[in-house]
Amino acid sequence: MSLLEVQNLTTYYTTLRGPVHAVENISFSMDKGEPLGLAGESGCGKTTVALSILKILPYNGKVISGKILFKGKDIVKVSDEEMRTQIRWKGVSLIFQGAMNALNPVYKIEDQIIEAILTHEPGVTKKEAKERIVRLFEMVGVDPSRKGNYPHEFSGGMKQRAMIAMALACNPEILIADEPGTALDVIVQAQVLKLFNELKKRLNLATILISHDLSIISETCDKLAIMYAGKIVELGDVYTMFKDPLHPYTEGLISAFPNIKEQRRKMISIPGTPPDLLRPPSGCKFHPRCSYAMDICKKNEPEFIEISKGHFVMCHLVSKE
Amino acid sequence: MSETVIKITNLKKWFPVKMGFSGSLFFRRQLFVRAVDGISFEIKKGEIFGLAGESGSGKTTTGRLILRLLEPTAGTIMFRKQDITRLDENEMKELRKRMQIVFQDPYESLNPRMAVGDIIAEPLRVLHAVNNERELEQRVKQVLKDAELHPAEEFIFRYPHELSGGQRQRVATARAFVLNPEFVVADEPVSMLDVSTRAEILQLMVSLVEKYQTSFLYITHDLALSRHMCDRIAIMYLGKIMELGTTNQVIYESLHPYTKALIVAVPVPDPTSKRSEVVIKGEIPSPVNPPSGCRFHTRCPEYIGDICRTKEPQLIDVGDNHLVACHLYGGKEVKA
Repeated sequence: MSLLEVQNLTTYYTTLRGPVHAVENISFSMDKGEPLGLAGESGCGKTTVALSILKILPYNGKVISGKILFKGKDIVKVSDEEMRTQIRWKGVSLIFQGAMNALNPVYKIEDQIIEAILTHEPGVTKKEAKERIVRLFEMVGVDPSRKGNYPHEFSGGMKQRAMIAMALACNPEILIADEPGTALDVIVQAQVLKLFNELKKRLNLATILISHDLSIISETCDKLAIMYAGKIVELGDVYTMFKDPLHPYTEGLISAFPNIKEQRRKMISIPGTPPDLLRPPSGCKFHPRCSYAMDICKKNEPEFIEISKGHFVMCHLVSKE
Repeated sequence: MSETVIKITNLKKWFPVKMGFSGSLFFRRQLFVRAVDGISFEIKKGEIFGLAGESGSGKTTTGRLILRLLEPTAGTIMFRKQDITRLDENEMKELRKRMQIVFQDPYESLNPRMAVGDIIAEPLRVLHAVNNERELEQRVKQVLKDAELHPAEEFIFRYPHELSGGQRQRVATARAFVLNPEFVVADEPVSMLDVSTRAEILQLMVSLVEKYQTSFLYITHDLALSRHMCDRIAIMYLGKIMELGTTNQVIYESLHPYTKALIVAVPVPDPTSKRSEVVIKGEIPSPVNPPSGCRFHTRCPEYIGDICRTKEPQLIDVGDNHLVACHLYGGKEVKA
């Protein structure tokens, strides 16, 4: 049994202009200690996947169909109370996007982490929680004497470390990191990613790294899922996918990331822009931007098929053969 | 060698720190943020010059100083043969036809109440760069074509909210190039855009630069993109230039420990090349009280002793116009 298994998850946001098809029919699974990268452009539904797994969608978001099995238990059906005391933070936790703004500026960092611990583990006393914070701060490389500080007294990198400490407060088995490197300078970003990698190994965490930056994912993850317009279009082992991308979008996204070690070359990008998810295109969602588009792509949505073991792709070019 | 368009010498910008009433009573000394603290470089005709560094290193301030959107504290800015720091506003207005800027955020830099045609025509109108409406329309259409906004006739009447981020940045680029300027500053022009569209905007800028032989100052924190974009790169740290050279010199033959650290920190989109483990510690110090001596000594992995702490290294040529400010290379010839 996999640690986490997402089956045909579909999440919509209701808006005045109709439902936004944020996540549509996606499936993936992960085992203990496995690092998965979730990549795609802004608005492709990466964050919605994370919010669905933790059941913290905004008021207008709803899981329409599908199952999220955490250790065999369907999270979609679990009660709020059970979610809070059993699964959230103890089972699955999240490093929120934008560490700069995710902390509450008017509370001490210590108090914010204590709140997270007491909410999700009602049996713990405040004293125990405080002791735990010292350990957590040491683990993420922040001097524990700084725990009583307010967020504005922390630098960007330290805030991100504090967010990681908070996410690890209840010993989760799955850690989701939503854009952990963005808004940080490259050196600080490298420091944070290094920490993330070390913790992952040390605590044997299954991690989902959400990022628009493929280069970050290629350095931290073994498995990669590429999302486009609410769908996972390709899923597989990161080495195979970089060497031999099957989906045209994966190919385009990889070549859109220049490598500093390469010789100077013409920069290539994918023509067009991501679609409006209120009115997604017919057939394959990528066909308006795809240079290999055929007639069938406009009509039928390709199936998500397994090409080789663990390598899935959703494209007519591949399924045809 | 082609002619120099911009030459700045010992340029400085110190912003006074606001201290409030009680502060000014009790502290006699005025404090300054030394955003740009004595930098010199030149940009040639048709050259793309990259200015890279972490946030807070003074890149943006430098860009704005050169256009005199900010008044420099000290130093000279030569545009062609003219020192523009001495010009008054009227004389500057004449020059603004010849120098333009593309801002970072195309969601903020375009007026939402103006149609694309008017946005692009505005610099022509304000600076009286055309004689009649017909010429104006022609110029606008031509630049829309250059910016690959097809069909131009249609885009003229669209409003910014109807455009995607990439299209907006094309409009901003068209607006900068409509005057056929000799010098353009682009301040992080793609950092707000989707990854799949970044490359095409930069590619557009490269082709416009080639077509019009513009001198181009590209301000960025992304070394991987500048590697594929720039002819020469300067690395800034706390208001100083640490290293300056051709892109190949700076990226492949980097000398300054800070440059090396920056390059190591850039993630590589290739799962088979794992990053080396050397990552420097700490974050950029405050520019109010920059470290003594070499500004980088507090984080430097190759610290060689008291000299780094006490004496500020000069930017010296180590051969082939490859400049570096580091005591490791003080005085002696280095062949990388």
